[in-house]
Amino acid sequence: MNRKTFYLFVGPSLIMMLVFIAAPLISVFIGSFYVTRSVYEDVTVESCTPGFTTQTCTTEVRRKPIIKDNGEVLTNTVFVGLDTYRTLLQPERVKRAFTQGQWLEPFRTIDFYKALRFTVMFTLITLPFVLVVGLSIAMAVNNCVRTLRGPIIFVSLLPFIITPVIGALSIRWLFIGDGLITRGLEQLTGQDISMFAQGWTIELLMLFYRVWHVAPFAFVIFYAGLQTVNQDTLDAATVDGASRWERLRYVIVPHLQPLIIFVTMIHLMDAYRVFEEVIGFSSEAHVISLQWLTFDYLTPDDSGNRAISRASASSMLTMVGIIIILIPVLRRTWREHRTGA
Amino acid sequence: MRKLTLAALLGSALVATGVQAECDFDNPEPVSILANSFEAWKVVTDAMAECGNFEAELDNEFRTKQPTAFASSPSLYEIGGVSNSTITPLLNRDLIRPLDDLVAKYGDQVRPAQLIKFDGEVKAVAMMINTQHLMYRTDIFDQLGLDVPTTWHEVLRAAETIREAGVVDYPLGGTFQTGWNLGEEFVNIYLGYGGEFFNSSEPAVNNDNGVKTLELMKALTEYMDPEYLVSDSTYVQQQFQQGKIAMANLWSSRAAAMNNEAESSVVGKVGMAAAPAVVDGGKPATTLWWDGIVIAKNLSDEAAENAFRVALEGLDEDMVRKHREVAAWLVPGYEPTPLAKGAIESVQGGAPSYPSRVEIGLMHTALGNNVADFLTGKQSAEATLRAIESDYRTAAEEQGLL
Repeated sequence: MNRKTFYLFVGPSLIMMLVFIAAPLISVFIGSFYVTRSVYEDVTVESCTPGFTTQTCTTEVRRKPIIKDNGEVLTNTVFVGLDTYRTLLQPERVKRAFTQGQWLEPFRTIDFYKALRFTVMFTLITLPFVLVVGLSIAMAVNNCVRTLRGPIIFVSLLPFIITPVIGALSIRWLFIGDGLITRGLEQLTGQDISMFAQGWTIELLMLFYRVWHVAPFAFVIFYAGLQTVNQDTLDAATVDGASRWERLRYVIVPHLQPLIIFVTMIHLMDAYRVFEEVIGFSSEAHVISLQWLTFDYLTPDDSGNRAISRASASSMLTMVGIIIILIPVLRRTWREHRTGA
Repeated sequence: MRKLTLAALLGSALVATGVQAECDFDNPEPVSILANSFEAWKVVTDAMAECGNFEAELDNEFRTKQPTAFASSPSLYEIGGVSNSTITPLLNRDLIRPLDDLVAKYGDQVRPAQLIKFDGEVKAVAMMINTQHLMYRTDIFDQLGLDVPTTWHEVLRAAETIREAGVVDYPLGGTFQTGWNLGEEFVNIYLGYGGEFFNSSEPAVNNDNGVKTLELMKALTEYMDPEYLVSDSTYVQQQFQQGKIAMANLWSSRAAAMNNEAESSVVGKVGMAAAPAVVDGGKPATTLWWDGIVIAKNLSDEAAENAFRVALEGLDEDMVRKHREVAAWLVPGYEPTPLAKGAIESVQGGAPSYPSRVEIGLMHTALGNNVADFLTGKQSAEATLRAIESDYRTAAEEQGLL
């Protein structure tokens, strides 16, 4: 392919990536160093609230944004450097807690570290489960009768097809106060079960939900990989007296290695953006995630205020987090690529 | 075939005349409304639709859309449905039209008490009052010989008796879901103690009243479903309907659902009373909310006039007579049902209105995000209040309020 044809083919997607990925990213990056504030003035207003017979009127001093002649709110944008990051990360409080030996204090009291603790833990715990469950289903399907494969594949893919928020909500409804499963469990055990009353049970549900939701993805990838395992090698291993476990350990897993790395990478990126679970399970009182934090800053309150700068800074930090968590996997892939393995 | 066409024509003619009979005038221009999505707005916008050429968008996310939609010129919606808190961003950005001239021209059927004035100008026409007040199971109270509580301490005592009798799963329900709901519960009780949220724009909740509020909230949770931190209004309403709770301080807009025979197993057994006070003889510890209509500013005078006439058509006697039980209406011609008793008593008891101003949004968010830490025992009351103030201060500095 000559250079011109190459650019003609690649050009459109490059432009799309610039417009829809690079440009927003840069604008968020720049936005995180600035704060835009409205300029307020104090006005004395009389406001009246209705009653059934009469009105109550009160006069008070209120802050009101100044409106420019063109009808827009007068704002003032200032460069604040790393101040917004400082508000999020609270380095002084962390330092104070650490010098006093209270290592866990920031993870209990400062929003960002609370979210970070949960996000990282969630990502790292779900990963092995997704890989193992995905591989197990793949092996099971691969070893079962041909006629049953189709239906089994279809059923095991279902969780992956469901919209994440809907999936989370349905799990919530199954397990909440008088949900179907809670009721069943209560009748079996004779105990009152409240899955949503304490943090650890909610976290457990969230982990369960995520593994249930993502394992089918791992399964499909691994199942495809299993179709290319060299049957001769497997037969040779059997002849040499390798057990089922040894065949898995020394033949199948090494063969699937690139796919395992691929699934790992996708899952790390995906799980680090954990969000639907927090909303679906209303877990804010107990656990929050980094993406939820960004969402909370962006959501306007009733008075119309939203914290754009903190939202920008927190999404930049989320991105940095994803990069850090991917580094070990990327380095491994790079090394293998170089040695030509 | 010809017969069929004729029938269809006749049918549509009937519908068309039906429409004209309901509405006083023939609406020539397209009019649309963006409002919150709940039953009262549904019946009101249905009544507006009788004038024809009308489109209603009822959306729970209206507060996010409204300021932006009203800021475009001409405004994307002629009419807006607002409450006393969601009107703040529209007022602050000067996006709603003063209605004095239109009220003078068309507002014979509007009561003066419905007119919402800011600085002498009519900015909105209110249609209903919404407030959290006490709902209780009359049959259980009769059976146990309990009096209707007027203070939260009496509520706690009644809850104890109900728990000992073991007649329901949980004596109390509460809209304690983390976030907006939990913040609202704090606001109600804190104002009941006579607390002030601000000292000019500085936060001022870290005080005795704040501590007392948190402690009362914690005492209440002892009698609630342990999953109270995920209980929103709909959940509490369902707990009531399924006979799982005996009392709750719930929104009056939810009262009608108690007697909905399709859903409720306690039809006719739920009594309404004023919100409990926190001190003997005190004001009901709740906040008053109103819902009403505004007209966008970025409209021609003709369009605004037309939209206002359509809007009033939704707030007329016809509508209110047909839907008495839906809300505590402010519209003339409304005869209160027993369901509105709690709302009316709360208003008459002098419950304050929700202190809507630009700072309260930030405070409400800070409360909603932090109060749970005290209820779950993660933080002391003082540390919780400090965290609330520090969250508020961070947000207020970013907004330019401090």
